[in-house]
Amino acid sequence: MLQEIKIIKHNGKQYIPDPTTAVVPEPFRGRPEISTAKVNEEDLRNICPVGAISTNPVRIDLAKCCFCGECAYRFPNKVQFTNDLRTVSNSHDRLIIHEGKNEPIRLDQDLVRSEIKKLFGHSLKLRQVSAGGDNSCEYELNAAGNANFDMGRYGIEFVASPRHADGILVTGPITENMSKALKIAYEAIPEPKVFILCGNDAISGGIFADSKALDRSVLKDMHVDLYIPGNPAHPLTIVNGILDLIRTV
Amino acid sequence: MSVLDKYIITKNNKSVDLKAIPVLTYNDFSSLIKSLLQKTENHCLNYFTYPSNDKMQLIACIASDSDASILIFSHVVAQGEELESLSAEISALHIFEREIFENYGVKFKNHPWLKPVRYSKNRFDNKSKIKDYPFYSIQSDELHEVGVGPIHAGIIEPGHFRFICNGEDVLHLEIQLGYQHRGVEQLFLEKKKVLQRNILAESIAGDTAVGHSLAFAQIMESLGNISISEQLSIERAMALELERIAIHVGDIAALCTDIGYSLGANIFAILRTLIINFTQSWCGNRLGKGMIRVGGTNQAFNNDLKKKLIKVLDDFEFQFNELAHRTFKLPSVENRFDNIGTISETQARNLGVVGMTARMANVLRDIRHSHPFAGFEKYPIPTLVLPNGDVFSRFLLRRKEVKQSIAWIRNILDCEKFENPAPMPVTELNLEANKLCIGLTEAWRGEICHCAITDNSGQLTLYKIKDPSLHNWKALELSLRNVEISDFPINNKSYNLSYCGHDL
Repeated sequence: MLQEIKIIKHNGKQYIPDPTTAVVPEPFRGRPEISTAKVNEEDLRNICPVGAISTNPVRIDLAKCCFCGECAYRFPNKVQFTNDLRTVSNSHDRLIIHEGKNEPIRLDQDLVRSEIKKLFGHSLKLRQVSAGGDNSCEYELNAAGNANFDMGRYGIEFVASPRHADGILVTGPITENMSKALKIAYEAIPEPKVFILCGNDAISGGIFADSKALDRSVLKDMHVDLYIPGNPAHPLTIVNGILDLIRTV
Repeated sequence: MSVLDKYIITKNNKSVDLKAIPVLTYNDFSSLIKSLLQKTENHCLNYFTYPSNDKMQLIACIASDSDASILIFSHVVAQGEELESLSAEISALHIFEREIFENYGVKFKNHPWLKPVRYSKNRFDNKSKIKDYPFYSIQSDELHEVGVGPIHAGIIEPGHFRFICNGEDVLHLEIQLGYQHRGVEQLFLEKKKVLQRNILAESIAGDTAVGHSLAFAQIMESLGNISISEQLSIERAMALELERIAIHVGDIAALCTDIGYSLGANIFAILRTLIINFTQSWCGNRLGKGMIRVGGTNQAFNNDLKKKLIKVLDDFEFQFNELAHRTFKLPSVENRFDNIGTISETQARNLGVVGMTARMANVLRDIRHSHPFAGFEKYPIPTLVLPNGDVFSRFLLRRKEVKQSIAWIRNILDCEKFENPAPMPVTELNLEANKLCIGLTEAWRGEICHCAITDNSGQLTLYKIKDPSLHNWKALELSLRNVEISDFPINNKSYNLSYCGHDL
């Protein structure tokens, strides 16, 4: 017993007191900023491995961005990745970074259904489905529940059965072999339900977007409540994003 | 034909001329494979189809652990030729023959279980669907079946497990995968830019981002005739060992969770955070994505990072040892893990398992040692094996490997200066034409084998990936025989195999 107490004492306090204000140190790649500096835009666009950069004016689409940072390494005076970890939104438009407009990314609260805040504000149970995920977002989702990040303190938890869940969180680009199981799991969740896409491969297909082995048609009938960009998304990005969705500001 | 004409010899990351690979009759091919694999120092790295023009060439790559060589030979399948399966005799080949059959329709006679591997998009018989997988079943009033998946009760990847049980005991477990199939190998050919392929390599299995991207980078550098500095190769090996430490500690925590030992579950998980947060302060990503790039790096290791890493390792090691010392001596922990899910050395050898799964069953298989790459040439790492092959061995091996990796990294931090940062990664690559190159790394799960073939114009025409899980899933199936079904979770966690790495 004394040994256990010693172990706990040596470990110290490891939990993050307030995840909503926690900062991740650089060189973490969070929300990018684009300056108005003049560069060869065609070269800039070509450097991106996932086609997230468009030109005239220069924009970066965080739905596609795999946060490799190559654009910032090659064009440091044009693109900078800040350590701002809040890159989550419920509207695709807000995930597009425009040159010269470097504002924080937030949810469009007008788009959030009123029952979400009313019913899930203090308790949200999610079913996670990996549909071709590479186990990196899954890894960080598990971490979001550990003693460091502890999103359970806000009533956010992952549950075993869709019947016990208030919503579904998908990782991975949605493979053909997994699309049916995803649909069945989604339908098994009682209404009203939340639908979240986590990671750039879930949101846009990411590097797999052109693969014929995907079947993303299941997304057609679904209303997406939250996009959590990242490759993988940082646990603090996940916690803050979900809190912005369920809590009244 | 003398023995020497029957195969061509190469080494890890050394390419060979495609035309120099001997083509044998199937008789010679199969007797050569059989005679090579009879020796315990040899194992099959890869055995795959290379389709070119209208012919199909089966290429076998056998590694010899005794002299770091790789032997390559082939057979060209004639139209409609049926081949005698070798799986009944050499179980390790079962998965390769199944894959060749699934993707190209090459028939193997007398294969004991010629079933689909992953229902890949490019499969030969695309009328077969994943929902119709032909599971084994037993007709009996006493037995029942338990089906689990593809979606499991947790944040975990999908796969279907079918247990045939006698009461609480599992008689047979069959694991069916393929749900994660994203067409990675095909995308390697379609995506032409170096960086695109590099990102793909990192996404083969996100928990082994460093292991897979290192195998990729080494092949590209070999085929593109790019030499990298010794310092960079050592940095890469350090990143690989940090990945090993982090995942092993996480797995120890997960095993503690499954037996309800919450002190271990929580604190080991917290200790993992120390390591992956260091990885983030090095390359900007907790899982090491962005760490490995072809021909250079965007985030060179430097003396500030060195100081930081020494401090992290001091802090980590003290706490890890203190907690491990307690955990591994607890009778309740030993009692739950000891003699559960045992794989014998013979089974491990027959299945051709690799990495940790081999080493916990007394089979010395470690690419860092047998086919050294990156920093492991200058700084060899001693090998570790455990004799028992049960859950406790897998638990204990992780602890020992964590300790070993820390000592290995410390030695490098003592000896190396890190004063010459490598250049930025290359964006253009001219690959040598008509070559085959094999790149091996030993990631935390085990041996990763990437194999690239280029055509006349130096374009990739084949990119073959083998994650250690491809072999090792079978070991989990065998572990469950005559084990209570309630012990499945600890067995599964003790292997922690990759679904996406298998499904590609």
